[in-house]
Amino acid sequence: MSLVTPLNRVLGLGSAKDGIEHWWAQRLSAIALTMLGLWLVFAFIGLADLRYDTVVNWLQAPSSSILMILTLLTLGYHSQLGVQIVIEDYVHASGLKVSALILTTFVHFGIVVAGVFAVLKVALGATG
Amino acid sequence: MDRVERPLSPHLQVYRPQITSILSILHRLTGLALSVGALVLAYWLVVLATGPVAYAQAAAILSSVWLKICYAGWSFCFFYHLANGVRHLFWDVGWGFEPSQIQTSGWFVLVVASMATTVFSVSVIL
Repeated sequence: MSLVTPLNRVLGLGSAKDGIEHWWAQRLSAIALTMLGLWLVFAFIGLADLRYDTVVNWLQAPSSSILMILTLLTLGYHSQLGVQIVIEDYVHASGLKVSALILTTFVHFGIVVAGVFAVLKVALGATG
Repeated sequence: MDRVERPLSPHLQVYRPQITSILSILHRLTGLALSVGALVLAYWLVVLATGPVAYAQAAAILSSVWLKICYAGWSFCFFYHLANGVRHLFWDVGWGFEPSQIQTSGWFVLVVASMATTVFSVSVIL
């Protein structure tokens, strides 16, 4: 007689808490970042200088704003997934591990929200 | 009952460093460094959105010599993590798993990352 419930058996996860979602999300965001990352690199190469007016003019172009927001969302997600794995692999004290996971989640949400808001503010022309 | 402090595997000290293990560790380290770099990217965008005065003040700090050295470091982290990430994606679909291919692609990734870092550092950061 098996003590495994029918639901657990059909999910096929054993003692794991979830399946391949994390692995897949990391690959999906990686594929997106190969393109978005190279876009950002070539954008920096294309900018004549990093003076305020130059950068604002560049970022106000819809193509720049849209790609920068996509980059921020994707890199924030990919970074969160990666840092999470590193913490789970190397931090073993459960209290410290959970605290580190909470902290990294907060920081990543902070980075993404701050970055996206800043791009929108510049793009919609609300700066002085 | 007292716990006996037995040695834990993997016994890293008994392994000879190999390009496979070194590059794997480097992939994690560069990823972590890039996560810190994301903070600087967000900070740069926020001061840009704050206005020209705040941007000029921040630019004085952001263009310091020490941070320029950091940008060169981050650009290597980026190009290495990108190239080695693509190497991982090829492995994920089952390509390039022969030991000789793994060695070759490993050195290829290092050469590409070093060259891209040099070009980017000279053309943008300096």
